[in-house]
Amino acid sequence: MKQWGQVLRARLGQSRQILVLMLQEIFDESAYTRFLTRQGLTTSREAYDRFVREQGEAKARRPKCC
Amino acid sequence: MPSIMRIFGWLAVSAAGLLAVLTIALHRGEQINAMWLVVAAVCVYAIGYRFYSGFISAKVLALDAHRATPAERLENGRDFVPTNKWVVFGHHFAAIAGPGPLVGPVLAAQFGYLPGTLWILAGAVLGGCVQDFVILLFSVRRDGKSLTEMARAEIGKLGGFVAYVAVISIIIILLGVAALIVVNALKASPWGTFTIAMTIPIALLMGLYLRRLRPGKVLETSVLGFVMVLLAIWGGQWVSQSHLAGYFTLGASTLAVLIILYGFAASAVPVWLLLAPRDYLSTFVKLGTIALLAVGIVALRPTLHMPALTRFIDGSGPVFAGSIFPFAFITIACGAISGFHSLISSGTTPKLIRREPETRMVGYGAMLCESMVAIMATIACCVLQPGIYFAINSPAGIVGVAPVQAAQTISGWGFPITAGEMNSLAQAVGEQTLLNRTGGAPAFAVGMAHIFANSLGGQALMAIWYHFAIMFEALFILTVLDAGTRVGRFMLQDALGHVWEPLGRTSWYPSILATSSLIVGAWGYFLWQGVKDPLGGINSLWPLFGIANQLLAIVAFCVATTIIVKMRKASYGLVTLLPLAWLVAVTFTAAWHKIFDSNPRIGFLAHAQQLANAAVLAPGTSRLIFNDRLDAVVTAALILMVAMVLVESLLEWGRVLSGRKLPVVKEASFVATRFATEER
Repeated sequence: MKQWGQVLRARLGQSRQILVLMLQEIFDESAYTRFLTRQGLTTSREAYDRFVREQGEAKARRPKCC
Repeated sequence: MPSIMRIFGWLAVSAAGLLAVLTIALHRGEQINAMWLVVAAVCVYAIGYRFYSGFISAKVLALDAHRATPAERLENGRDFVPTNKWVVFGHHFAAIAGPGPLVGPVLAAQFGYLPGTLWILAGAVLGGCVQDFVILLFSVRRDGKSLTEMARAEIGKLGGFVAYVAVISIIIILLGVAALIVVNALKASPWGTFTIAMTIPIALLMGLYLRRLRPGKVLETSVLGFVMVLLAIWGGQWVSQSHLAGYFTLGASTLAVLIILYGFAASAVPVWLLLAPRDYLSTFVKLGTIALLAVGIVALRPTLHMPALTRFIDGSGPVFAGSIFPFAFITIACGAISGFHSLISSGTTPKLIRREPETRMVGYGAMLCESMVAIMATIACCVLQPGIYFAINSPAGIVGVAPVQAAQTISGWGFPITAGEMNSLAQAVGEQTLLNRTGGAPAFAVGMAHIFANSLGGQALMAIWYHFAIMFEALFILTVLDAGTRVGRFMLQDALGHVWEPLGRTSWYPSILATSSLIVGAWGYFLWQGVKDPLGGINSLWPLFGIANQLLAIVAFCVATTIIVKMRKASYGLVTLLPLAWLVAVTFTAAWHKIFDSNPRIGFLAHAQQLANAAVLAPGTSRLIFNDRLDAVVTAALILMVAMVLVESLLEWGRVLSGRKLPVVKEASFVATRFATEER
């Protein structure tokens, strides 16, 4: 029973982690983190401005479904 | 699990699914619980995913776990990023789920809950999911190429050109009809108009907050935006009862002009200022509301008051004219088969897929989820008394504008309703009237408010829930409007750049203004046409959108079948050929009816002729006649182009199958994935 509880807790933890990752990807937070890593920058207004410029046209070209 | 247990498990799922489908299909004359639809959907989806998509993965596509995807081979941390399959799944679902699966099923409910439900289940499992899955996989094997590029490479130049024209046509028609839905939801509604108007400054504030105060904190900004939207809904109630109400009580024409101006402005201002924050806010609200609706349905387990089949299966429906075949199948596109999804499946998603077998869960699985959203929309509108449903969704041209007259007409159809009941309902949701609110959004909002109010908060919150639902749909649609106008503008600029290079520069303001004007002018024209249409606009524009969307699905299935034939898997070609044949039958028949049917409520030309035959032409009639003829020409042009792609595909299959042409698949070369070794 105790073991079952541990498995359940681990699964819930994993699900929570996946949900957070999913939201970060959908809301472009992961893309920003990747941008910072790629450019060797830390977060700042200037870095975000550069990210927005880089991402802007690609985002605008992405169709939203009906 | 031991295999015998697994077999019994699947037998139990099949038995439950069969029982639920039979209950839905065979019950007549008594109301059924909405949970039957939920159980039928869950079981059918589970069986479809486990067995049909498994068969496609193994036999038709032969998914290769050892083959590196473009996300791995071309990884650049920007477009190509190997991503966890659940994350890609969520990302893909958020991109494909728009207002379509909420609106189409509501409109098709005029036939009763049965036709729409069966089409959503069968269409998704055998068609829509297959399309999304195979196009995603084929794009993955071609370095993330778009549908247009694949059509050009596999079918020919014409295929590519038609895909391009179909996409831009769909965008224009979609935006026109989507804007019309917003207009119909907000006309004479100060509360709704105020709330939606507030989303513009809220999005601007979010954009500034994100850029200046908390760079990169999108989730935090979205939560703040959501709180502000909730305050706007709450404030809307106060505004609607104050002296400010007059400023926000607008007619359809005024709202149409404002939305056209908004669309133009939104496509010209920087992405970060309006488009991106509105997109984040809309996605946040969308995911939350869909989850909330699912919880509400399961918690309330409501009874469906709409019968399985209504008298309008004969084609005389007030919401839109036309019989079940073909019109139910073009009215519900998203949720069953939506050609537009092929653009997403060959857009961002293939560049994120980490392992080839994951295309099954992302492509097939995410579409199943969207189909479930369509089932929830069916439930939301079918929990309403049919009389209320028809009072909201019937245009003034059919039931009149006076409540007593409308109630008499609708009661005469066998769906009893009184003017008093409609007035009480309007008061309960904080509106002046709910009559003639065509377009599907208000009916869905009333149904959703009913479910929420009965399971999460009580009747006192009915008006708040109604306006929350209206805000949710309008926000959704305006985001599609922003994004669609901009995508259309870029597509136009890409094409015009071949004619004169400066026009192709996406940052050159004269080009931005010219192309934005063209795109906004095009969808604005359809919107204006809908607003001025005495039959409410939806009757002519939604079928046009459905036809265009399904025609794009035909192009996608032509591409998929061509590739399957070239893979020397023609014996499995029925997997894509069957939905293709069905869509050809549906769209071509629907187009024929829309152009040539002698019933003026269905045929564009017959309607134009009826107007022209009047002894004295009323002011504006020549414009209506022109619009009918324009719609007929647009429909004919789309059908003709897709017919050419179909013929080109058939010829290509013939050449390959007869051995006159060597089947060459234009895939990227095989490279072994490093992820397979890492997992060992």
